[in-house]
Amino acid sequence: MTAPPGTPLAGQPDSDPARRAPAVTLEHLVKRFGEVDAVSGVDLEIRDGEFFSMLGPSGSGKTTTLRMIAGFETPTEGRILLHGKDVTGVPPFDRDVNTVFQDYALFPHMTVGQNVAYGLMVRRTPAAELASRTDDALRMVQLEGYEKRRPAQLSGGQRQRVALARALVNRPRVLLLDEPLGALDLKLREEMQIELKEIQGQVGITFIYVTHDQDEALVMSDRIAVFNRGLIEQVGTPADVYEHPLTTFVASFVGTSNLLSAAAARDILGMDGTFTVRPEKIRIGAPEDSVATDEHSALGRIREVVYLGADTRYIVALDAGGELIVTQQNLQASSMEALAAQGRVVRLIWQRQHVLALKGGTTTSGEAEGAET
Amino acid sequence: MTAPGMAGEPDEQTESRGRRFARWLYPRRRAQLWLLLAAPLLWIGLVYLGSLVILLLNAFWAKDAFTGKVAPFDWTLKAFADILTKPVYAIVAGRTVLIAVLVTITDALLAFPIAYYMARIASPRRRGALVVAVLLPLWAAYLVKTFAWRTILQGNGFLSWVLSPFGIPGPGLDELPNAWLVLSYLWLPYMILPIYAGLERIPDSLLEASADLGAKAGTTFRRVILPLAFPAVVAGSIFTFSLSLGDYIVPDLVADAKFIGNLIYDNSALGNLPVAAAYSLFPIVIMLVYLFVARRLGAFESL
Ligand SMILES: Nc1ncnc2c1ncn2[C@@H]1O[C@H](COP(=O)(O)OP(=O)(O)OP(=O)(O)O)[C@@H](O)[C@H]1O
Ligand SMILES: [Mg+2]
Repeated sequence: MTAPPGTPLAGQPDSDPARRAPAVTLEHLVKRFGEVDAVSGVDLEIRDGEFFSMLGPSGSGKTTTLRMIAGFETPTEGRILLHGKDVTGVPPFDRDVNTVFQDYALFPHMTVGQNVAYGLMVRRTPAAELASRTDDALRMVQLEGYEKRRPAQLSGGQRQRVALARALVNRPRVLLLDEPLGALDLKLREEMQIELKEIQGQVGITFIYVTHDQDEALVMSDRIAVFNRGLIEQVGTPADVYEHPLTTFVASFVGTSNLLSAAAARDILGMDGTFTVRPEKIRIGAPEDSVATDEHSALGRIREVVYLGADTRYIVALDAGGELIVTQQNLQASSMEALAAQGRVVRLIWQRQHVLALKGGTTTSGEAEGAET
Repeated sequence: MTAPGMAGEPDEQTESRGRRFARWLYPRRRAQLWLLLAAPLLWIGLVYLGSLVILLLNAFWAKDAFTGKVAPFDWTLKAFADILTKPVYAIVAGRTVLIAVLVTITDALLAFPIAYYMARIASPRRRGALVVAVLLPLWAAYLVKTFAWRTILQGNGFLSWVLSPFGIPGPGLDELPNAWLVLSYLWLPYMILPIYAGLERIPDSLLEASADLGAKAGTTFRRVILPLAFPAVVAGSIFTFSLSLGDYIVPDLVADAKFIGNLIYDNSALGNLPVAAAYSLFPIVIMLVYLFVARRLGAFESL
């Protein structure tokens, strides 16, 4: 009964992806806690085998959505389908999903081995299979030899791995992860990001990953849903979401907000609406520099210089109103040179193709409606 | 140390003695500890342990046959021989331990569901009300509660009145089970509170994780809640067991029976202090063993 090495832990996926039902379908999902609308109408299809991230600021409803998929919360309205089957009223223990909790939720009175084997044990898996699958799972997260330890005797990163092994050992078809790396320091986070992605590739399970860290979402995901106030603002690949944000919110939350609206938009771009330019697409020139026909430019004064090691970030106050942030790699410039730029009058230049129109107004103008480009 | 004339720095003259003392004390950890604990240590060492030691020494001292007074430093094991040869001591000890065990089991069985409801089901408001309700009986005097039980249990008391239509006579005040009933009532709060605290400490996410991994409510209870709350049950049992073991008023008032405490009382009243002292060693040893086992079970982390 044990899987030969190299076999994915999940059941073999169908050969034809188009005919497969989505791993998770959310139909107009709403969750209200008394007066609070935690989730206010989410429609979403998550494909089988994909690494899907839910990205959004604190309180935007990511955890609540995930908990409804796991079965810990009952939706106020709407339906949840797992692989085409309605599971809206099904309790967590009868759903083919497993969760990696933010605080890991390891059982303190059990050893690492017992923790990992728990799911198999309660489902009465035969002893031999239980042992070999537990070993496999611990090997996958590189924790062989730790079976006898207690969770209290592990580091944060090791606990995180145990939590992952404990979920994966059940070979769920969908794995839910709620900010699993939130408690780790930056370096360990980055290592674990790569490792998680590799493990997902090995096992071929659908991962639904909640995070409020945009870099993490961009690095790891096949697709990202950007949450804001209980609604999804945009769903797309990392490149989509980063380079073609649909709304002001997405533009400012994913990457640095660089908005041109109202008077500045009219003066500089000659268009009404709210627009964004990514900081790394902008070049800093002298005021007298010439501008090509496929380029926009704006005059301004460097208000602040932030030296970031590999890059420098310039905050430029525009003559037309508002600010733009420009990041430049420190290819030649030293920190002294970069910092000396403060107060200088400059011309910012960028290509027209890098200007994106956004839906939804900014808080200051409020009236701007996205012009289609 | 301070530069003269520097603003904001107190000079040597005005610096108070208290402040100088505080500065001297600050790096001296051991001195701090002694200062903090000197008074309580003195109390425990002299008054508490000292009197206990004298009591225990009494157990090994002879009684002057002529005056009936204890003869200090006249070593003998006669008191122990008395206890071991006269069957009443073994019978009473057995009876006391049996009731203490039964009271502990009863309280654990009663307290667990109540504590579970308080900790994991009740709304915060109801929880607060229940904590008060559990604590409330502790504010009433022990003797008052015991006498209240007398009026319930006695021959023509409340219980006989309730039972009379069914032709069942009331228990009267000379039944041993009365002691079990009343002691269980008296010590129940001491069991509820530690279990409540223990259950409240279990994070919700552990129960969710268990369900997530496929366990139904019963399995989660058996595999997660019960093992995590068990040290708290043991902690509560230390109270119920030791309080029952040491009680001598309840058995006398509601069951007309003798417990260990009654025999100790009788013996010391009769001036037979060595036997009283020797016999009091028995519950002390039992409690020491009990505490040792409880510590092994992790109960002290739940107190
Ligand atoms: N059990 C609850 N009772 C009442 N309100 C709740 C409950 N759970 C969540 N909320 C509210 O619902 C909203 C969404 O919460 P949720 O936990 O889903 O946010 P999130 O996106 O996961 O945020 P974070 O990044 O901080 O974890 C918040 O305003 C929160 O206060
Ligand atoms: Mg959250």
